[in-house]
Amino acid sequence: MEKVLLISPEKCIGCGSCESACSFANEGEFRPSLSRIQVFRFKMGINVPMTCLQCEDAPCASVCKTGALVRDDDTGVVNIDSEKCIGCRMCVMACPFGNISYSSEKKTSIKCDQCAGDPQCVEFCPTGALSYIPAEKDSLDKKKAFAARFATIVEEVEK
Amino acid sequence: MFGWKGKVLRVNLTEGTIVTESLNTKDAKEFIGARGLATRYFFKEVDPAVDPLSKENKLLFATGPLTGTLATSAGRYDVVTKGPLTGAIAASNSGGFWGPELKYAGFDMVIFEGSSPKPVYLYIYNDEIELRDASHVWGKNTHETTDTLMSETDSEAKVACIGPAGENLVKFACIINDKDRAAGRSGVGAVMGSKKLKAVVVRGTKGIKVADKEEFISAVKSARKKLKEHPVASQGLPTFGTNVLVGVINSAGALPTRNFREAIYEGADKISAETFNSQNLITNKACMGCMIGCGRVSKSSGQYVGEGEGPEYETTWSFGSQCGVDDLDAITKANYICNELGLDTITMGSTIGCAMELYEEGLVSQEEAGYKLSFGNAEAMVKLTEQTAYRKGFGNSLAEGSYRLASGYGRPDLSMSVKKQEMPAYDPRALQGMGLEYATSNRGGCHVRGYLTSPEVLGVPVKLDPASTEEKPKFLKIFQDLTAALDSSGTCLFTTFGLGGADIAAQLAAATGVDYSEEEFMKAGDRIWNLERLFNLEAGLSAEDDNLPPRMFEEPIPAGPMKGALSKVYEMLPEYYKERGWDAEGVPTSEKLKELGLD
Repeated sequence: MEKVLLISPEKCIGCGSCESACSFANEGEFRPSLSRIQVFRFKMGINVPMTCLQCEDAPCASVCKTGALVRDDDTGVVNIDSEKCIGCRMCVMACPFGNISYSSEKKTSIKCDQCAGDPQCVEFCPTGALSYIPAEKDSLDKKKAFAARFATIVEEVEK
Repeated sequence: MFGWKGKVLRVNLTEGTIVTESLNTKDAKEFIGARGLATRYFFKEVDPAVDPLSKENKLLFATGPLTGTLATSAGRYDVVTKGPLTGAIAASNSGGFWGPELKYAGFDMVIFEGSSPKPVYLYIYNDEIELRDASHVWGKNTHETTDTLMSETDSEAKVACIGPAGENLVKFACIINDKDRAAGRSGVGAVMGSKKLKAVVVRGTKGIKVADKEEFISAVKSARKKLKEHPVASQGLPTFGTNVLVGVINSAGALPTRNFREAIYEGADKISAETFNSQNLITNKACMGCMIGCGRVSKSSGQYVGEGEGPEYETTWSFGSQCGVDDLDAITKANYICNELGLDTITMGSTIGCAMELYEEGLVSQEEAGYKLSFGNAEAMVKLTEQTAYRKGFGNSLAEGSYRLASGYGRPDLSMSVKKQEMPAYDPRALQGMGLEYATSNRGGCHVRGYLTSPEVLGVPVKLDPASTEEKPKFLKIFQDLTAALDSSGTCLFTTFGLGGADIAAQLAAATGVDYSEEEFMKAGDRIWNLERLFNLEAGLSAEDDNLPPRMFEEPIPAGPMKGALSKVYEMLPEYYKERGWDAEGVPTSEKLKELGLD
């Protein structure tokens, strides 16, 4: 079943546990600079985690000339084959969101691969700002939360 | 190395030289990191008799081996120096993101020596390190300084800096990192100002390795699970922040009011966490890697309009009941001014409270203060806070702290301080254990050296009768040792609501590969505590300084659930010294020092 990483910025407290967990899972050390997810902290406590959300029609994969970036249709994940990556950084240029980056140390591009179905950022997120859910449910929780507010209003009007 | 980065940066500000040294691994194992390890380095290198504001004093910024890892709330670092407020060892601890960034740059510690002839800041980008001119930010507040230095270095850099208070050598100036986190107490910011060091700007892109990855993650997960299940860590602190204590401590009859004349405050509801949440709170905020997220992003309105972070409970108290002020917007504004100008909120509020009593006693005139400085004058409180940072008018007297202020009027007894540092928000007559904690704290009046409020009021981990002296010395020693070791690991004290020494030791052992059992961990805490004590004794402090203001022994609490209470610190001290392995004069015995390897 295709699952998606869902980001709810309104629940994010900006702790960056996701960055630590990601770099530890992927690099074997605590190194936020190489994390595939990054939290941006703005004024007044607004925090936005950014990571690849695995585009259906992924510009990074489209632009890749060596076949290093391929979308797996079963999991929906755009995987990177570092053997095939020549470090041209065209994918970095193509991604409209900045969610794939180049590691000057590894000499390849790096991006989120959802930790092969067990994303560690989600595991360590303390507030539920990151969740990993079936793709068809991606907006269900949000809809339901809003519907609940609506229900409260209706209830009040009926009183 | 694992956990530690194995490197220390030594910066001589007089000469303008920067040297990288290897970390002393033997000391690192025995004193862990941060508070403990920096104190070890400091004591080896600096004469305890040094004038805190002279170039012979040194200023150390130190992380712990867990700082910057996924360990529970491991975003912390310590600033160690000799404090100008106290003349004692100062170890001021702060969270945010600065400490982890120093580790990512590849360093456990930065040692500043000497004094620069002109304002400078240190910029660290991994191994590229330079001292840069800071004349363009000298005089600027901490927020402006942070923005300016980030824009001229790296957009992701982290900044620790002083405000005008540090530059003007206010005795309780703090160091602010990430705009609103403070290494708050004992005047570490004044030491930085005396060295003409405006800021330390860090950007690091390296990593931290741990010795046993599987064991580490398993220890982290187990500790995180405990925190998630603990009501204080998972609900109380995220929802209400530390302000949750206003109601709790007031109900216990232990909320110091109007310079500790009283211990219950009629305005407590107006400054409670509930009121704050409804009128000031915007959202909560976490330090690096923290699942608690007790930080408050907030706003104030009306004549005190502003936005920023905080206040913490101790600040709500110091500008609140301590000054008889029940206007939460004024309290919040005073807190913002402290963050922006670089002042310790506890000492600032308490010193104004002391000045208010001096005014009401007729010792300070309206002409001298510039205001009718009666208890409750919120406007004067906010204005004097700003004046203090610039040493303007009466602010110049307040800038010396309450002890020197009150002594100037022949009334040192009206300073609510221990070792010249103001006591925080728990009346030591009502909570006997906290009284002993204040009296024996190595950095003077302080609540985070052995937080016995936890058992005495909150019932964590067990409930102790606050009015009783029984078992308090024994409990205090355990709390002091645990806190010293935990501070030194680079993790946050607030995790101890749900975690014990064993949980931290397990994370530390897996990270460093050093076999820290719970016993070894606690022994390291004992070692650190004794080292701090030895420094203070050589600095000229003695058992006589293990004391409380006379009011705590002579004026019973006038009303409330603890009516009639006085401190019984003198009854507990002999037993405390015995628990510690010290002689009757409070000096560590040679057997004790041998046991700890401090001989």
